[in-house]
Parts: sequence; structure tokens; C-alpha cells
Amino acid sequence: MSSHSLLKWGIRFYITLFFLYLFTPLIIMSAATFNDSRFPTISPWRGTTLKWFEELWNDSGMWQALGNSAIIAAGVLLVAVPIGVACALFLSTYRGNGKNFLYGLMLSPLLTPGVIIGISTLIFWRSLGVSGGIFLTVIAQTTFIAAYVMLMILARLQRFDRTLENAAFSLGASHFQVFRRILLPYLMPAILSAAVIAFLQSFENYNTTLFVKGHDTTLTIYIASKVRTGLTPAVNALGLILILITILFAAVYELKRRHEARQAQVDPETASEPLSR
Amino acid sequence: MFKQLSERFGPWVSLGIFLLMFLWLVMLVILPQILMIDYSLRPNLPPSQIGGPEDQYTLRNYATLANNAIHQSIFFKTIWSSVLVTLCTLVVCYPLAYYLAKVATPRQAALCVLLLIIPFWINEILRTFSWFIILSYRGPLNALLLSLGFIDRPIRFLSGDGGVIVGMVYAYILFMIFPLYNAIESLDSNQIKAARNLGSGWIRTHYRIIIPHAKPGIATGCIMVFMLSAGSYAVPALLGSPGSRWFTQIIYNWFFEGGDWNQGAAYAFILLLLCIGFIVLMMRLFKVGLGDIAR
Repeated sequence: MSSHSLLKWGIRFYITLFFLYLFTPLIIMSAATFNDSRFPTISPWRGTTLKWFEELWNDSGMWQALGNSAIIAAGVLLVAVPIGVACALFLSTYRGNGKNFLYGLMLSPLLTPGVIIGISTLIFWRSLGVSGGIFLTVIAQTTFIAAYVMLMILARLQRFDRTLENAAFSLGASHFQVFRRILLPYLMPAILSAAVIAFLQSFENYNTTLFVKGHDTTLTIYIASKVRTGLTPAVNALGLILILITILFAAVYELKRRHEARQAQVDPETASEPLSR
Repeated sequence: MFKQLSERFGPWVSLGIFLLMFLWLVMLVILPQILMIDYSLRPNLPPSQIGGPEDQYTLRNYATLANNAIHQSIFFKTIWSSVLVTLCTLVVCYPLAYYLAKVATPRQAALCVLLLIIPFWINEILRTFSWFIILSYRGPLNALLLSLGFIDRPIRFLSGDGGVIVGMVYAYILFMIFPLYNAIESLDSNQIKAARNLGSGWIRTHYRIIIPHAKPGIATGCIMVFMLSAGSYAVPALLGSPGSRWFTQIIYNWFFEGGDWNQGAAYAFILLLLCIGFIVLMMRLFKVGLGDIAR
């Protein structure tokens, strides 16, 4: 066997190993859902059951947490997306002093540990008389999710052809018409992707939420507290459902992206950007 | 500033842009950080004494860390463990990122990227929880090792720092692979071919051509993984034990068990300084600017 084909087999083996490493834990966790054992495990197998789904369904704490997570994610979406769009528009228009500083400032929440965003939000709003809860969680999560949105919108804006705007102006369109009829429709695909990412980011956040949640519980907080106290395979059932939803989301997102990428080969103006996270 | 925006968007939309930007940057980004620092420099007083003669700026909250050997050892453990996690993810991801970006056919690469995206989108808590199951005392890993005869009795994986580090590598590895992949992919393959044709061996080609080009990706990946590891609360909370606490857990305890927010704020600011220090170090080491990071 030549050294080249040895290398090729070596790297194939490595990649197989890597994906096994990536997926085996998730498969084991999912499989444990169906084990008729009080504690989530796959060894020993005590018989196959669906009762943990039933237990999960009847758990009112889970529904409460799910509701809170949905409210918070919707709130974050409504606040973070307009902020991100506004900042991206600003960065793509403004040329002058302080632009790099402002850009760095807008990126800084992404480079700050989540716990610190939670802590600083908690301290600041306490001085204004607001304590932890759903409202503060929305605020804290928006702090860094707006930065993700800003980056995604900016990526698309960088390929925007400003002559389109100028053409509309010289044809007599007002500023608002140009914004409404040209810029927003062009940005719409990126705004929708950013909204999906913002929703997911909010939904799965733990480190920031932990400090600002007050007495409210979100779904990730609920899962973590169950793992530490009162763990049953019902948590796995919830995990399995969330994984399936995630796969569905990822598949739809990817299909949409490829569809747009194919369109972009025909028409480079409408190209979408790859997953930027 | 306003003039440039107003020329493009008109006065009302520009006003909206400024308002949103101002609200975010001032109310959510800048002021909370400033207030956190302010808190960390004040003593913890009962509400009646706040603003009174006792309420003077002091470094006492920072001195706590200098005087507490246990907290110090946890702080340094957090640093070296996070460095270890960063190095592990870098070493594991580099060959894979190179393969995906330069060796695999476009179809193979697209499939692999999709397979990477799926776990990336799955909740950090769930990814950590899956390792909780694997590593638990009666879990599948112990069962496997027992049945193969490698060990005589189950090992308590979840009672030390080892479990935490394993869980962190798993939870944050994808924050390394995507920056690396994006950086290597943007390298012109002809450069690699040229190096090969000129007689450069594999190691030399990587060392002289690919790694220098991938610097911004390496820096971004390292910064993200280090920041996530050092600032992680979820992984040590799930996979650690009381004997293997993380610095974030001490901060949490100051807030919600010790009830000393000023002290907690000081520790949080120390953690923030640590992360800023690491970012500056990476930017110096790889000679990249902030614009190259987080693209």
C-alpha cells in the first residue's frame, strides 16, 4: 500500500471516528428515553417503554417552563432583530471617525462570557428598581443576540448595490419609499434567517438566563435543574423531542440556503450568506 | 454622522436607527458594565447605609481573591483547564477542517458540514447531559469497560475535573471547527499545489502556507472556545462535583447564596479581564485585528 492511500484511509478513519464521537452521546441519550429504568441509562436495558413521554406530558412544570421560554424568545426576536438591522444599516452607511470603535463595541457582547452579561444586566436594572424575571431575561439575551443579528444583516448588506437606491432617487422616490421598497425587500431573507437564529439562541440560552431569571424557569433551566435533582428518563424524552425539532429546523434552513445558493449562481444579487454563528 | 445617514434614509428612519443603536449600546452594553465595575469597588452594605459615610470606593472585594487560597486555586484551575480545552479542540479540529476545506469533494464537504451543523444547533445543556449519562457511575462507559475487563469496578468519572473537561471539549468543539474551516477554505488551492511542486513536504506546507493563512480562523476559534469554557456554568454544574468547582460557580454563589453582590461583581470583573487578556494575547500572537475576528 502506497503512503498516499495509507494517508487517505487514515483520514477517512479519523473522520468516521470524529462523527462517531459527535453523535454517539446524542444517540445514547435518545435511546435511554425508551429504557424502562428509573434512572436514564442504556445499560442494563430493562425493557422498552414509552411511559416517559407520558410522564413528561403530565409534568406541569415543563409546560410552564416551555411557555416562559417561548415568551422570552418571542420578546428577544422583537427587540433584537430591529436593533441588529439598525446597527447594520448604520455601519454600512457611516464613513468617518469612530466607526471602528463602534464596530468593536457592537461585537463586544459576543466576546463577553454569558454569565457576565447576566450579572451586569442584573446589577444595572436593580438600580432602576427592576428585579429578575421574564422582562430582564429578554433584556439580557438581547444584549448579545442583537450582535449576531447585526453580523448576519451586515454580511448581506455588503453585497448590496447602492446604484439601485440612486436609480430610485433619480426616478423621484422618497427616502421612505426607497427604504421600504428597495432596501427592506433585499434584506428580508437575511432578516428571516436572523430571526430564526435569534429565536433558537434565546431558547437554548443557559448561562446568561441563570442570573436574570428571578423566580421564573425556562426550558433549559428546567432541564438542568432536573438533571441535578429528580432525574428521570422524562428529561431524555424532552431532549429527544428537542433534538428532533432541531434536526427539522437545520434541514429546512439548509435546504432553503441551498435553494438560494443555486439561485445565486444564476443571479448573484440575491445570494444568501452561509450560516454565520 | 446623522447627515450621512439622513442623506440615505431620510430623517425619520435615521432617527429610528440612532434611537435603537443608542438604546442597545448605552442601556444594554455600556452602562451595565460600568455599573458592575462600580459595584465591585464598593463595600457590601445594608440598604440603609448605601450612600452614607461607609460607602467609599475600596479594593477590598478584589483583595478577597488574593487572600483566599481556595478561590485562587479554582481561578487558576479554570484558566489552565480552559487552555487545555482550547488546545484539545484545536488539535482535533485542524485535520478535519483541512480535509473538509481542501481534500473532500464539494458533495462530501456539504454533507459533512450539514452533519456538523445539526449538533451545533442542539442545546448546550442537552449535549452536556448526554455525557452525564455516559459517564455516570452505572453508565454505559463503565459497563463497557467492565465487560471488556479493563477495570474491576466502576470508576467515578463525575467526581473530578476530568469529566468537566471532556464535557467542555464536546460542548464547544464546533465553535472551533467552523472558524478553522472558513479560514482554510478561503486559501487558494494553487498555493498548496505550488508549494508541493516546489518540493515542500506535507508538514512544511502546513507550517508555512496553510497555518499562516488560517491565522484569523485559529485565533477566532481559540478565543471563542476559551471564552465559552472559562465562562461556562452549565458544564461544571452538570458534570462536576462539589470538589471540582469552576470560577463561575463561585461567582454564582456570591450572588445567590452569599448574598454579597459587590463581591460577586468583583469576581465577575476579574473573569471579564481574564477573557479580555486572552483575546489581546491571541490577537498579538496571531497578529490579527478585531475586524478579522467574529466575521
